[in-house]
Amino acid sequence: MAKKTPKSEGTSRVRGEDQARKDKVTNKAIDDVAENIYKTILKEVKPDLAMPVRSLANVNYNQKTGFFKIGRGMKTRTLTVNTVKTFAQTLRMMALSKELIQTNDFATKRDAYYQSKNWQEAKFDEQPESDTVMDDIEAMFSIHGVSREEMRFVPQEHGGAVAGELVVVDRDMETGRRIEIDCTNFGSGAYSVPSWVEHLEFRSKAKFIMAIETHGMFQRLQSHNYWRKAGCILVSLGGVPSRACRRFIRRLSDELNLPVYAFTDCDPYGISNIYRTLKVGSGNAAHINQFFCVPNARYLGLTPQDIIDWDLKDATHVLGEVDIKRAKDALKNDPFFTEHKTWAKAMEQLMKMGVRAEQQALSKHGLNFVIEKYLPEKLKNVSKFLP
Amino acid sequence: MAKKAAARRPAPKAKPAPKSSKKAAAAQQSLDFGATAAKGKRAAAAPEGVDLTAEAEAAVLEGRKSKKAPATEDADAPKKKERTRVSAEKMSEMQREISISEFFTKNRHLLGFDNASRALLTSIKEAVDNSLDACEEAGILPDIKVVIEQQSETRYKMHVEDNGPGIVKAQVPKVFGKLLYGSKFHRLRQSRGQQGIGISAAGMYGQLTTGKPVVVTSKTGKGKPAYHYHLRIDTNANKPVIVHEDEFDWGDKDHGTEVAIEMEASYKGGKKGIDEFIQQVAFANPHLRLEYWRPGKPPLVYPRVTNELPPEAKEIKPHPYGVELGMLMRLMQGSNENTVAALLQSEFSRVTSSVSQEILGKAKVSARKRPRDVSQAEAEAIYKAISETKIMAPPTNCLAPIGEEALVEGLKALLVQQHFAAEEARQRKKAEDEAAAAAGGEEAAAAAASAAESKITEALSAVTEIKPDEDEEDAELAKFSLTVGADEAAADAIRAGVINIFGQPTFMTACTRPPKVYRGNPFQVEAAIAWGGELPADELAQVVRFANRVPLLYQQGACAMTQAVLRTNWKGYDVEQSRGALPTGPLLVMVHIASVWVPFTSEAKEAVAHYDEIINELKSALQECGRRLSRHIRRKRRAADELKKANYIQKYIPHIGEALQQILGLSNPQKETTIEKLTGILERSRKL
Ligand SMILES: Nc1ncnc2c1ncn2[C@@H]1O[C@H](COP(=O)(O)OP(=O)(O)OP(=O)(O)O)[C@@H](O)[C@H]1O
Ligand SMILES: [Mg+2]
Repeated sequence: MAKKTPKSEGTSRVRGEDQARKDKVTNKAIDDVAENIYKTILKEVKPDLAMPVRSLANVNYNQKTGFFKIGRGMKTRTLTVNTVKTFAQTLRMMALSKELIQTNDFATKRDAYYQSKNWQEAKFDEQPESDTVMDDIEAMFSIHGVSREEMRFVPQEHGGAVAGELVVVDRDMETGRRIEIDCTNFGSGAYSVPSWVEHLEFRSKAKFIMAIETHGMFQRLQSHNYWRKAGCILVSLGGVPSRACRRFIRRLSDELNLPVYAFTDCDPYGISNIYRTLKVGSGNAAHINQFFCVPNARYLGLTPQDIIDWDLKDATHVLGEVDIKRAKDALKNDPFFTEHKTWAKAMEQLMKMGVRAEQQALSKHGLNFVIEKYLPEKLKNVSKFLP
Repeated sequence: MAKKAAARRPAPKAKPAPKSSKKAAAAQQSLDFGATAAKGKRAAAAPEGVDLTAEAEAAVLEGRKSKKAPATEDADAPKKKERTRVSAEKMSEMQREISISEFFTKNRHLLGFDNASRALLTSIKEAVDNSLDACEEAGILPDIKVVIEQQSETRYKMHVEDNGPGIVKAQVPKVFGKLLYGSKFHRLRQSRGQQGIGISAAGMYGQLTTGKPVVVTSKTGKGKPAYHYHLRIDTNANKPVIVHEDEFDWGDKDHGTEVAIEMEASYKGGKKGIDEFIQQVAFANPHLRLEYWRPGKPPLVYPRVTNELPPEAKEIKPHPYGVELGMLMRLMQGSNENTVAALLQSEFSRVTSSVSQEILGKAKVSARKRPRDVSQAEAEAIYKAISETKIMAPPTNCLAPIGEEALVEGLKALLVQQHFAAEEARQRKKAEDEAAAAAGGEEAAAAAASAAESKITEALSAVTEIKPDEDEEDAELAKFSLTVGADEAAADAIRAGVINIFGQPTFMTACTRPPKVYRGNPFQVEAAIAWGGELPADELAQVVRFANRVPLLYQQGACAMTQAVLRTNWKGYDVEQSRGALPTGPLLVMVHIASVWVPFTSEAKEAVAHYDEIINELKSALQECGRRLSRHIRRKRRAADELKKANYIQKYIPHIGEALQQILGLSNPQKETTIEKLTGILERSRKL
C-alpha cells in the first residue's frame, strides 16, 4: 500500500477545480467496476472484468474523429481458479489507483511494481507481470473514458520541450499553490513537459502550435525567438512523440482551440511514423487513441513537393531499403494513407524521386533561411497543408 | 567364421538324445560337437552345402596366424608378403581336427571371458545358473552361497556352494572338465543352462590364467560320502584330467555341490558388476536364499521371499516349424523308425498321422519310405512342405514364467536392496568399516551376515502391503493374482498398486503375457515396472533384463528386449522420452523371456536375438504396464493439481476481499462475507 500521509484529506484544496472534477470521474469509474464485482459476488455468481479486444481486427479508422478507434469487440475475464491471482492483482492495482488519487500522487509502472511488494502472496515477481496487469486496467478503463494517466499511473519518459506564447498553470504538489510558468521566459532553454500533464491548465495568445521533429530545428527556431514573430507555441517532439508529449499537444490544441502544424523530415519515417502517430495514433493501441491523438494536426512540411519547390535536390539522400519497405507498407496497409488520397500521392511522389530530405536541408540556403523564407512562405497557404 | 567351421563338421550317426530323465546322471552326456552345431542355433547361421573341409582349413590357418602376429594385423599381412603357392598336399598336412576346448580358448569372448572383470562375473553366473537349475529340477528350495576371495591384486578365487542334488561321482570329471557336456542341451525345456559349456568354460579360463585346477565338492545324499575333485581340462582332447580326488566328511550337509575356481580377474561390485548381478538373481528368483560374501566387505544376504518353487518346467518335442534342413537330414540318417511318417510323428510335436500324410503328400515322398533312403532332394521337399502345412502351435504349458505376483514381490525386494546398497555406498564414503569387517575374522563376518539378513527381512516386512490406487473401481482389480497360462482376458486384467518403500510411495505393476511361438519354439514374456519412490527422477529408466530368470548384464544395446523398451511409446503414458532413447523418469523396467530355447545372439548368452514375435509380445506387455502407469501418473497429477488449486483459492481470494474493501470502503464483516461467498463459488465450480 502506498504510504498514507496527512495530505490525503481536503483534496480540493491542493488541486485545481479542473483536476478535482477529473479525479471524481476517475474515482467513480473505479468504484463502478468494483461495485459491479462486489454485487455479482453477493449474488453468488462468478464476477468478470470486461475489456476491449486489443487486436487489429477490432480497430477501425474513423474519418469523423480522425483517428484509429477501437471497435466494439469485448472480451471478459471471468474469475476462475486459474485467473484468481491476476484478478486479485488487478483489483489491488485499482485500489492503488484510488489511493493515488486520494493522496494526489502518481506512480510509474516501476513504482507500481514495487508497491505490489507489500501485497504478500499477491505481489508481482517480475515487472512484466505488473505491466501486463496495468495494460489490462488501461484497456478496461478506456471503456469508461478514463486514461491510465488519469488513474495516476504515469509513464517514465518526459514529454518533450516547449517554448513560446504559452503560460502553463501548474500546482505545487505538496501545498497546492498555483504556479504560473511563462514559456517565453526560458532564454535559450525551454520548458520541459512533465510525464503527467492531466492537471495542467493553459493560457495563450498564440495562433497555432508547431510540432517539430528534431531538437536541432526546435533549438534554432527557439533561440531566434521565431515564436514571437509567428505568434506560436513551439513543441519539440524528439522523434516519435512520447505519450506525455502527445497528450500535452492534444490538451493544448483542445483547450486553446488551436491548430497544430507538424514540421518533420521528408522521409517515410517522419511522415508515416512521427506525423501519423501524432495525428491518428496507432492501430496497436487503438483503445487509448481517444486520449492521445491530435486530430487538429496538419502537415506543414517538408513535403516531397518542397524538395522540388525549394530546390533541395542536391541536399537529399537516397532512400534506403528500410525507407522503401516502410513506404510500401504504409501505402498498402495503413488506413491513414488509403483514406487520404493526397497523402498516398505525396508518398508515391517521394518513392518516385527515390530520395529523402531532412528539415535541416533548408540550411543549404542559409542557416536562418527556414525562419526568414521557408516558414513564412508556407504559412501563407495553410489551406494547402497536407491533412 | 570359426562358428561356421564348427557347424560344417560331418554329421554323426548320433541318435537323438533321450528325452526327459529323472536322474541327472543319466541325462548328462557328451555332445558331439557336430551334432551340437547342427541341432543348435549355430546351425541357423550356416548356409547349406558349403564345402566343409575348406572352411575347417580356414579356421586352422587363422589359428596358426594368430599365434605369430597380433590379431589385429594378421588379416591380410601374410598374403601380401609370401605369395608362395602351397600345394594341396602340403595343405593337407596342416589340416587337422580342432578340439572345442582349443577353439574356445582362442575365442573366449564368445563365452563372456573377454576381460578381467567380466571373467569373474561370468564364472559366478555360470555356477549360480547351474545351482539354480539343479535345485529346481530336484525340487529343492535353493540355498546358495557365493564367496569371492581376493588372492592378489589381480587374482581372485570364487566359490559357489548350493544345496542341490549333488552330482554322481563318476559324472563330476566330465561335467566340469569337458566342454559341451551336459544334461540340458538335448532337451527342449526351459532352463538357465542350455549348451553344456558354461561351467567347464569357467574352469578352463581359470586353468588358462592361473594353471590351477577347478575344485569341485559334491555330495548326493544323507549317509553318502562327499568327495573332492581337482580337475584339469586337456584342451587338445577336450577331456578331463583328474589331478586329485578324495573322500571327506561334509559335516551336517546332506547334499549339494561346491565349485571353486581361481582366476586372473578383477572384481567389480556395484552397478553393472557382480553386486547388481546378484541383486537381480534374487529379484528373478524369489524362492532363492542367497549369501554373497564380497572381498573385504560385510556379507550381503538375500532372504527367501517365497517358499514356493516355480512351477515345474516341462520338456517338449521340437515343433516342425523350427526345424532346419540339416537337422531334418540328420534325423533321417540316424533314425531307427521304419517309415518317414512314423519318424515325423515321433520326433516332432503336433505332427499327427494326418499332418504327416499331408506333409509327405505335398512333398511327394512316400509315407512308407525308410527314413535312411530319403534323398537330399526329398528331404528338401519335406522341409518345404512343412512350411506350407498348417500345423497346430506347440504346447505352451511347458513354460514357467516368474508370474505377476512374484514379479512385484521381486521388485519390492530389489528396491529395498538398492536402498541398502545406496546407503552402504554413502556410509563407505565417510567411514572405514571396511577394515573392521575384514579384520573381524569369519565369526564376526558371519554375525554381520545374519545381522544384514535380519535387517533386510525387517525392511521387507516393513514395506507396506500393496495398496490400490485411490479409485474404488480399481481396488478390486488391484489384488495381484498369479496368471500362469491364464487366458488373454485374465492376463489383461489390471493389476497395479502403490506400496511404501522406506516411506516413499512407489507404484508397481507387472504383466505376464500368454505364451506364444517363434520359429516353433514356445516362449512367454513378462514385464514389470516400478515408478517413483527412491528411483532417480531425472535419469534414463533402469532396464533390467532376464532370460529364463538369468539376469543379462551386458550387450544391452544389442538385445531385442531393450529394443522393445525403446520402441514402446512412453510419451503416450505420460513418461518423458526423447527420440530413440530410453524413457526418462523415476522408472525401473524389468523384462523377462522364458522359453524352451532362448535365441541368444552369442554363446555368452547376453542378448536376445531380434525376433519380431518376441519384440512385439514384449511391447504388448510393456504397453499394458504403461497404461496402468499412466493412470497412476494422471491420478497423482490430478490430485496435485487439485491441491494446488485449493491452495491457490485460499491464497488469493482474501486479496480480492481486501481490494474491494479498500475501493468500496466495505466493513470487515462485509469483507468476510465476500471472501466466503467467493470461495464457495470457486470451490463449487472446481468440482463440476
Ligand atoms: N551345481 C550343480 N548341481 C548339479 N548338477 C550340475 C551342477 N552344475 C552343473 N551340473 C551339471 O553339469 C552339466 C554341465 O554344466 P554346464 O554349465 O557346463 O552346462 P549347462 O548348464 O548344461 O549349459 P550352459 O553352457 O548353457 O550353462 C549341467 O547340464 C548339469 O547337468
Ligand atoms: Mg550352465
